[in-house]
Amino acid sequence: MFRKLHEPGADAVTIYIDGEAVAAEAGESLAAALLRQPEAWTRTTPVSGSPRAPYCLMGVCFECLAEVDGIASVQTCLTPVKAGMRVARQQGRRVLTA
Amino acid sequence: MSAVDLLVVGAGPAGMAAAVAARRHGLTVLVVDDQPAPGGQIWRAVETVAATPRGARLGTAYRSGAERAAAFRACGATYEPGSQLWQIEPGFRAFLTREGKARTVTAKAVILATGAQERPVPFPGWTLPGVLTVGAAQILLKTADTVPAQPVWIAGSGPLPLLYMTQLLAAGGKIAGFLDTTPRGRMAAALPHLPRALAGLGDLVKGLAWSWALKRAGVRVFRHVAELAAEGEGKLQTLRYRTEEGRETSVPAEVLLVHEGVVPSIHAPLALGCAVEWHALQQCYVPKLDAWGLTSQPGVFVAGDGAGIGGAEAAELRGSLAGLKAAVTVGGLGEAAAEHEARPLRRRLARALALRPFLDTLFAPRPQVFAPTDATIVCRCEEITAGEIRARAALGRPGPNQLKAFTRAGMGPCQGRQCGYPVMHIIAAVQERPVGDVGFYRIRPPLKPVTLGELASLDGTGPVS
Repeated sequence: MFRKLHEPGADAVTIYIDGEAVAAEAGESLAAALLRQPEAWTRTTPVSGSPRAPYCLMGVCFECLAEVDGIASVQTCLTPVKAGMRVARQQGRRVLTA
Repeated sequence: MSAVDLLVVGAGPAGMAAAVAARRHGLTVLVVDDQPAPGGQIWRAVETVAATPRGARLGTAYRSGAERAAAFRACGATYEPGSQLWQIEPGFRAFLTREGKARTVTAKAVILATGAQERPVPFPGWTLPGVLTVGAAQILLKTADTVPAQPVWIAGSGPLPLLYMTQLLAAGGKIAGFLDTTPRGRMAAALPHLPRALAGLGDLVKGLAWSWALKRAGVRVFRHVAELAAEGEGKLQTLRYRTEEGRETSVPAEVLLVHEGVVPSIHAPLALGCAVEWHALQQCYVPKLDAWGLTSQPGVFVAGDGAGIGGAEAAELRGSLAGLKAAVTVGGLGEAAAEHEARPLRRRLARALALRPFLDTLFAPRPQVFAPTDATIVCRCEEITAGEIRARAALGRPGPNQLKAFTRAGMGPCQGRQCGYPVMHIIAAVQERPVGDVGFYRIRPPLKPVTLGELASLDGTGPVS
């Protein structure tokens, strides 16, 4: 859906989206990295299960929520990419686990 | 718990200028911002990007943010990026979360410089992956050097789509077409404001230069587009649009960017009980402010686009004015000295705002923005349609808060930042009331979702002394 205009070079890092290694640039928002994937959606809604993707990129719409390093419902547009970050697209409503 | 004279919320043009002004007069200042670097939306990532080829492509107005950010960094304010403010109690005690930990800060005065957001524009399919705002795409360009992979469709009205398109072309991006949603006859309506607008001649010329650049580049423009629909299985695949004349067209599309102007972020002032009034020309609520940006609540200021849309230059000036008055209120600055320093700022502010009535009239949102079809989702979080809101609005005379209780519209994580205005407009239309009389959702803490873990990490919990 989106593409990056330059090679990250020294700032290149690897993150994992649903277990798959993906190239990103340190410091850019996680939402930007997600939007460059072939499947650009980040979550399915708790109400109808329809897919959603980053929409506003500035922290007001809460569409870009994903699970980041084990924490659910993280706003990926406000989260800078770090090497080794583990991201899971969020499926439907949250559940409490004991 | 830490204590400061002044808490500034937001590190865009207004917040940075407010901090600089308050520091110059000796206040202790804490600036919190939810972004990772100073500059606000207009100067996103400017510290790292300004000196690069990307900075050159983004233009001089963007690059000029670098010196503002440098002055802000040097002013002696404590700056905490990546902070979410989720509650302010009178007194003031602010609750913040940073890197998963919550804490409280006390301050004698607060300047809310939380800026603006793009006006929510519900239309069929606007929740599909592939539909984003123009502002979102510009943030991707500024911060991640990231552009739509395929020729992109852009729909909307206002200066931002024109600016983004010129920046996108300079970056080597491709535009499938621009659906200009400005209704017919707007220029004629705006022209009476032109003489006053000439004080802002520089910006007018800039706008014309963008239009010419797009024409030279051969960007296809389709005018008087009145309705949009995004369609596809799980993502945008087809874009349908209809002009005022009723001509309907359907095109394949992967990314559609929309923009119908910006509105002030009013959640924080509303939460603090600051009085607001309806701004008919900008079709939004603005806080009631005096000439310094002081709200109806003592010690609470609003500066920048949060005070009413005025652009970056006006935002900086409003920030400086609020910072000065804060130095009078909680510091040692005399009234007369502040007034003396404020005079040239006020003159420049009047000039910076001179263009607004012209722009606000020319780019006033088309009526369809406020009257989505019944099947259109209005509340993105809870997936409530315009039809559901309409049906409920006709039973009795409920306001936004009752409709929220009945339907859950506005109850999701965005807390009405997307559906607030559309719901107001639907209520006004159904109940035949002036939209400004309908009121907004009651804004309650937390202003942003907080985890139980963050709450548990809170420090001292005693009352404010």
